[in-house]
Amino acid sequence: MMARLLLKGITKTYPGCIANKDIDLAVKAGEIHALLGENGAGKSTLMKIIYGVVKPDSGQLLWEGEATQITGPSHARQLGIGMVFQHFSLFETLTVAENIALGLPEADSKNLDALSQRIKTVSEHYGMALDPQRYVHTLSVGEQQRVEIVRCLLQDIKLLILDEPTSVLTPQEVKSLFKTLRQLASEGCSILFISHKLDEVTDICEGATILRHGEVTGDCNPQAVTSQDIARMMVGDDTPLTENYEKAEGDLSQRPTVLNIRELDFKSDDPFACALHGLNLEVKQGEILGIAGVAGNGQDELMSLLSGEETCANDRINLLGQDMGNWSPARRRELGFAFVPEERLGRGAVPNMSLKENALLSSSHKGLLHTNWFNKGLIKFDQVKQLTTTIIEKYKVKCGGLEAQAKSLSGGNLQKFIIGREIEQNPKLLVCSHPTWGVDIGAAILIRHALIELRDQGCAIIVVSEDIDELYQISDRLCAICDGHLSPIKPTRDITIDTLGQWMAGHFNTDENTNKQTEELAHV
Amino acid sequence: MSKASWLQSPLKLEKRPSDSQKIAYLSPVLAIALTLISGGLLFLFLGHNPLTALHTFFIAPLSDVYGWTELGIKVAPLLLCAMGLTLCFRAKIWNIGAEGQFIMGALGGGFVALQFLDAESAWVLIPILLAGIVSGMAWAALAAYLKTHFKVNEILSTIMLNYIALNALLYAVHGPLKDPNGFNFPESALFADAALLPVFSDDYRLNISLLFGLFFMVAIWTLMSRTWVGYQIHVLGEDAAAAKYAGFKQKKLTWFALLACGALAGLAGVSEAAGPVGQLIPAISPGYGYAAIIVVFLGRMHPVGILLGSMLLGLTYMGGEMVQIEMSLPKSLTGLFQGMLLFFLLACDLLISYRVVRNKSVNVSVAREATSA
Repeated sequence: MMARLLLKGITKTYPGCIANKDIDLAVKAGEIHALLGENGAGKSTLMKIIYGVVKPDSGQLLWEGEATQITGPSHARQLGIGMVFQHFSLFETLTVAENIALGLPEADSKNLDALSQRIKTVSEHYGMALDPQRYVHTLSVGEQQRVEIVRCLLQDIKLLILDEPTSVLTPQEVKSLFKTLRQLASEGCSILFISHKLDEVTDICEGATILRHGEVTGDCNPQAVTSQDIARMMVGDDTPLTENYEKAEGDLSQRPTVLNIRELDFKSDDPFACALHGLNLEVKQGEILGIAGVAGNGQDELMSLLSGEETCANDRINLLGQDMGNWSPARRRELGFAFVPEERLGRGAVPNMSLKENALLSSSHKGLLHTNWFNKGLIKFDQVKQLTTTIIEKYKVKCGGLEAQAKSLSGGNLQKFIIGREIEQNPKLLVCSHPTWGVDIGAAILIRHALIELRDQGCAIIVVSEDIDELYQISDRLCAICDGHLSPIKPTRDITIDTLGQWMAGHFNTDENTNKQTEELAHV
Repeated sequence: MSKASWLQSPLKLEKRPSDSQKIAYLSPVLAIALTLISGGLLFLFLGHNPLTALHTFFIAPLSDVYGWTELGIKVAPLLLCAMGLTLCFRAKIWNIGAEGQFIMGALGGGFVALQFLDAESAWVLIPILLAGIVSGMAWAALAAYLKTHFKVNEILSTIMLNYIALNALLYAVHGPLKDPNGFNFPESALFADAALLPVFSDDYRLNISLLFGLFFMVAIWTLMSRTWVGYQIHVLGEDAAAAKYAGFKQKKLTWFALLACGALAGLAGVSEAAGPVGQLIPAISPGYGYAAIIVVFLGRMHPVGILLGSMLLGLTYMGGEMVQIEMSLPKSLTGLFQGMLLFFLLACDLLISYRVVRNKSVNVSVAREATSA
C-alpha cells in the first residue's frame, strides 16, 4: 500500500546544529504512528517541516505518492494535514465556536450558528463533548485540547499531528483521547503521535520511528517489541558496560541520614508542570541515589523543590536535621547543599558572563565576599580567580581562559565546570540533574569519577537521569519516578532492568514480578 | 526565522555564532555618523548649507569657556539620570521613568526651598536636596511596588507616572506654589540665594551638581563592577533563571535598582530647580529623563561612554538653541537629533548579534524544484 506521507532524506541545519539529518519516515493511511525521541532529538523540527512552518534544506516530501513542497501551514491544511501544538493557540476571551471560526476559510466561518451545529455533530461523533458557546477560559486543559482537535477535524483531514498531546492531560482524559484517536484511525485518518512516554506509545501506536541527535535510529512496531528495546533506541549507548565503579561499602541503613523527604505533595501554578504525590525519600551519607524516569514525570519539580527555587511546607524536606522546605536557595547552600541543574546555559551558568563570574554564581558563601564593616559586600576577586583556576585545572575544563564566556564552551566542558564548581563547595548533599546528558564520553567518565570520589568522601548524592546504564553504573540505590509518584527505593544490585522499566511506566507493585522471577529461577 | 526565508529577498540576516564586541563599540560611532549625514540632508532640504548648519549646531556652542560651562550644566543631570538608569537596565528593568522621577525631585525639593524664602545659611540646601532625593525615590517606589506585587510592566507604569508627575508640577505652579507676586505667571517664587547650589565662579552658571554627577558616576560604577549587589543585578538582567538558581532575591534587587535610580533622578531634578533655574517652572526638564535613556545605550552602559554620551546629548540642547538664534530654525531640532540618534543606534545594534549575508536558500529551492520536475 502506498504511504500517505513519505519523507526521504530530510535534512535541516540551523547555524551551529543539525536538527534533522537524512530523515526517512513513512506513515500509512489509517495508521497511528509514533515519533519518539528525547528532548532535543529533532522531533519538533520534523513536525514543523511536515506542517510547512519550517523549510528543509534538502530532502523530499511525498504526500499521497506525489512529491510536494508544503509552502506553509495554510497549504498543509489544504492538503488535509492538521496539527495540534503542545501549547494551544486559543483566545481565552472568545467562545469555542469563535475560536474555531478564526482558523477556517471565510466561507465556512461566516455563519456561526451553522458552524456551532457542525462543531456539536463532529465532537459528539468522536466522543469529545464540546459546547460551542462556552468561553475558552472556562474550559479545562483537556477540553481546550479538544477544541484544537475538533478544529482540525472540521476540515477534510487525512493526517493529524499531535505534539506530546498527553503531557497536559489527566489519566482519564488520556483514555478518552486515545479512544477518539482509535476511532479516527479506523475511519482512515493517519495520526502522527509525538511523545516520549513509552507506555502510551506501546498502547496505541502501530508503527514508531525513533530519533536521536537528529537522526533516525530505528523503526519498529511498538506492539512487537518491548519498551526496553525502544528505550535503547531512544537513549542509544547499546555498547556493553565497559566501566565499573565500586559500590558504596557496608550497610547503608546504619549510616546517618542526610536528606529526608516526607509525604511531599506539590502542585505548581504552571498547568504544564507535573504534580508530585506523597513522595518519600531518604538519602544516607556516602551513597548515590539514582532516580530513573522518562522526562516530564515530576523530576524538574522535585529538583526545584530540593534546590529552593520552589518551596513547600517547611517540615516536608529535612536536610541534616533541619527542616528547610521553605528556605531560600542561598540558605540551603550555606547548610551544605549543592545543585547541578539540567539546563547548563541559562540556569547553571550565565551564557554571556565569564567563567570567573560564573564561578561566583553559587559559591559566594565560600569566603568570596568581604565581611568587615568597611568593605562589606565587596567581591574578593583574587579568591574568585583562584577558585576558577582550581576548577579549570582539576576538572580539565577546556576553555579560552578565565575570561572566556560560558557560552563559548562546549556542553561537556561547561558541565565539567559546573560540576566542579558545585563539588568545590564541599557539599553535604549534591543533587545532579542529567549530569552527562549530551556530553562526550571523555567528559562523562570524568564526571562520573568525580561523583564517585565525592561519594567516598561522605557526601550524599542524588542523580536524576534518563540514561539507565549510567544509573546502574554509579548508583548505590535506585528508584524511578512516574507521573509524580516515586517507586520503592532498592539497592541497585537487587533491581533487574525489567523491574526498573516497569517502575518507569508507573507499575510499582512489583511483588508479583519478583515472585515470578524467583519461581523461574527455581525452575531453572 | 522561517518567515524571513519565505520573503526570499537577496539579502538576509543571519545570527552570528557569538556577539561581535567590535560592532558593539562601533555601533554608536556609526549611529552618530548616520545622524550627522541625515541631519546634514535635513538642513540641505531646509535651504541651508549643511556644513555651516552642522557647525552651528555642534561646534559653535563650544567655542568659548562660557559654552563649556553651559555644557557642564546640561551634563550633570544627564549623567545622574543615566547612571541611575544603567543600574536598572543592567537588571533588564526597563525604567523609562527617570523623567517623572526628575520632575518629582524638582517639585519635592522646590516645595521645601519655598518654605525657606528668607534663608541666609547654605545649610538649607541639605533638607532641600534630601527632599528632592526622597521625592524621586517615592515616585520610583510606585513603579517598584506595582512591578513586584502585581507584575505590572514597568515600561507602562513608569511612562504613565511621567505624565502624572508633569501634571502634578503643572498643578503646583498654577495653584498652591504659584508666586503671589508673579503677575499670575505659572511659576513659583524665586528661591533664596542661600537655597541655590554654590557655583564655581560668579561669571558662570555652572554649579556643584556636576560634582554630584561625577561622584555618582564613580560610585555606581564601583557598585556595578566590584560589589555583590552589583553582581546580582547583572546576573538578574543577563539570566533570571540563573539568578533564581543561585537564590538571589529578585524583588529586593528590583526595589534596590528602581529606588537608586529614583534617588539619582530626584537629585538631578532638585539640582536643576535649585541651580540654573532657581525656581519651579512648568518646563523644569527639557526632557533630561528621556535623553538619559539614549545616553545609556549610546554609552554602552560604561561610565566613560556614558560621560561622552551625556556631553553629546547635552550638546544637542545647546545646538538647538544655537540654530534658533543664528539661523531662525526651530529649537525642536534638538528632539529630532536625539530621536535620530536613538533610531540609528537601535538599527546598528542589530548588527551586534546578526550579520547580513546573501540569501542562498533562494537558489537552493529553485534548484530543488528543477530536479523534482
